[in-house]
Amino acid sequence: MSFPWAQQYKPTTEFGQWMDDRLPVGRMIYNSLGAGYPTPRNLNYMWNFGSLAGVFLVVQIVTGIILAMHYAANAEIAFDSVEHIMRDVNSGWMIRYAHANGASFFFIAIYLHIGRGLYYGSYKAPREMIWLLGVVIYLLAMATAFMGYVLPWGQMSFWGAKVITGLFEAIPLVGKPIQELLLGGFAPDNAALNRFFSLHYLLPFVIAGVIIMHIWALHIPGSNNPTGVSVKGKQDTVPFHPFYTAKDGWFLGLALIFFTGMMFFMPNALGHADNYIPANPLSTPAHIVPEWYFWPWYAILRAFTFDFLFVPAKLLGVLAMFSAILVWFFLPWLDKSPVRSGDYRPRFKKFFWFGLIPCIVILGICGGAPAEEPYVMLSQLASAYYFAHFLIILPLLSRIEKPKPLPNSITEAVTGKPLPQAS
Amino acid sequence: MASVDTTVEPNDPVTSEPGIGGVRRRDFINIAAVSFAGVGVVATVFPLVNQMNPSADVLALSSIEVDISAIEPGQAIKSSWRKQPIFIRNLTAPEIEAANQVDISGLRDPETLADRTQVGKENWLITLGVCTHLGCVPLGAAQGEVKGEYGGYFCPCHGSHYDTAGRTRKGPAPTNLEVPEYSFLTDTVVKIG
Ligand code: HEM
Ligand code: FES
Repeated sequence: MSFPWAQQYKPTTEFGQWMDDRLPVGRMIYNSLGAGYPTPRNLNYMWNFGSLAGVFLVVQIVTGIILAMHYAANAEIAFDSVEHIMRDVNSGWMIRYAHANGASFFFIAIYLHIGRGLYYGSYKAPREMIWLLGVVIYLLAMATAFMGYVLPWGQMSFWGAKVITGLFEAIPLVGKPIQELLLGGFAPDNAALNRFFSLHYLLPFVIAGVIIMHIWALHIPGSNNPTGVSVKGKQDTVPFHPFYTAKDGWFLGLALIFFTGMMFFMPNALGHADNYIPANPLSTPAHIVPEWYFWPWYAILRAFTFDFLFVPAKLLGVLAMFSAILVWFFLPWLDKSPVRSGDYRPRFKKFFWFGLIPCIVILGICGGAPAEEPYVMLSQLASAYYFAHFLIILPLLSRIEKPKPLPNSITEAVTGKPLPQAS
Repeated sequence: MASVDTTVEPNDPVTSEPGIGGVRRRDFINIAAVSFAGVGVVATVFPLVNQMNPSADVLALSSIEVDISAIEPGQAIKSSWRKQPIFIRNLTAPEIEAANQVDISGLRDPETLADRTQVGKENWLITLGVCTHLGCVPLGAAQGEVKGEYGGYFCPCHGSHYDTAGRTRKGPAPTNLEVPEYSFLTDTVVKIG
């Protein structure tokens, strides 16, 4: 789709015309990333993280394919093959550090991208499908990152694999058989390592496929914007190219400075030293934590230290952890406020900045900390708030809140002058 | 400049007004940005391709020592160097003679036996056992293998014949069997690579 005033694709060469009649790739690019895609004129920097996430996915795929050229998915030699990459392969250390830190940058981009959606109400009609596909992408990305972290077969890899597959053991009756099925054994070993490698290679391409649908769905209504007000006329938009190609490009340059800075000067800052110790099935490291991007969910998992009615604590923790993300699937129907942008929802805005965000930060801190007080208590409070935000606060707010008056159009919000009447 | 209070005409991007001589001030920033990105891409792609070159551990396998005391004249052994076969052959007097009688000006890859061996050790012909055509292992080193029309080596893949100095004489092989870098540590131990 597009707005009626979108610029039309005109092949400039004879070959372009020939192709356009047969396989209109040029037209597709023009209409989705080129001048043929009218985009709200007022997008702020929070709208840069979608394309940034896309670039980091490409970084992961390129560096990952290279690592797979030198890596050996065999429990006997996996750890050594990673050391071989670090020491022997030309620039291997650089490619591995790019992949390890690239995962973190991918999640940074994704989290800011999701946060943008949460604040500006991008999940609301008519963009529910974009949001749902986004949640699918996020779940796939977590599975991919988890399995990737197992591959170096260090202590953290091994115990991470054991603990996470152990989650499935919590399922009543069939838990144990399911865990054994997932691992192909009683503890992580060669069978598990090989299937994790196979899936770690596969899933990013599945993610790429879902992203195509995500962007396809985006191009039906077009992008949301900081006012949340729908595009009403030509004056409200600018062509994607050159305006947002230039902005995305410049922002990518900035992000790459931080990325290469991390990669070259503090490549292990986000990693865990114990993963440089080869996997030892007979000794658990004193303090096992997942990668930072899983910390909030890990905190929710550990918040359940008590049995409730007939449900054991272990099962509760697992259910809560999965529900914490699955609740996002219901968000478009939990938050019924017709106003999208948090800028025009004074109470929502307070609950967002002083409720949800600090709550997730606290969960993150607790998830990375040892399972001791005060962290256990803090995780319990924050988990409770987290669910309350989505299941109680948002549905209530949408009924009782009085939103601020919305501008009549994006143009009016930006220039103070009304949108000229469309001809 | 598009600031919040000027209206941007979407169909008339700010980039379109031509300046003096058709050169726009924005052209400079375009060229600078694109060239900078180009340099970045090249600097990134180089290591991404170079990683496929032999790694340090592969290069570290690059020298071996071989005891040649048991090789009688007329015999040869196969050894392995950098995962490639190597032929070490103790030439007999008639074989040396045959090699020296060839007029090298008529050869495809003109070299004398002396060029391909070390002074005082002309009987030790040390070559890679890799046919210079497409890389098969020629026959003729092991006992009982055919040695080809010139009594050296014969490659069965596409029929290249090598003489007793390991020179290409007939068939598609373009050059003589390669002589690796080597030195005699003692009279009976040779170090290859
Ligand atoms: C690899 C992961 C992802 C990539 C590459 C990606 C890419 C993009 C791109 C390029 C856009 C358009 C530009 C923008 O608005 O930033 C977009 C829009 C959007 N994305 Fe994602 N995305 C990813 C994951 C997610 C996730 C995990 C969510 C939510 C859970 C999500 C929710 C949305 C929404 C709601 C929009 C429409 C935004 C709007 O117009 O305001 N995305 N995505
Ligand atoms: S490879 Fe030896 S003749 Fe072709």
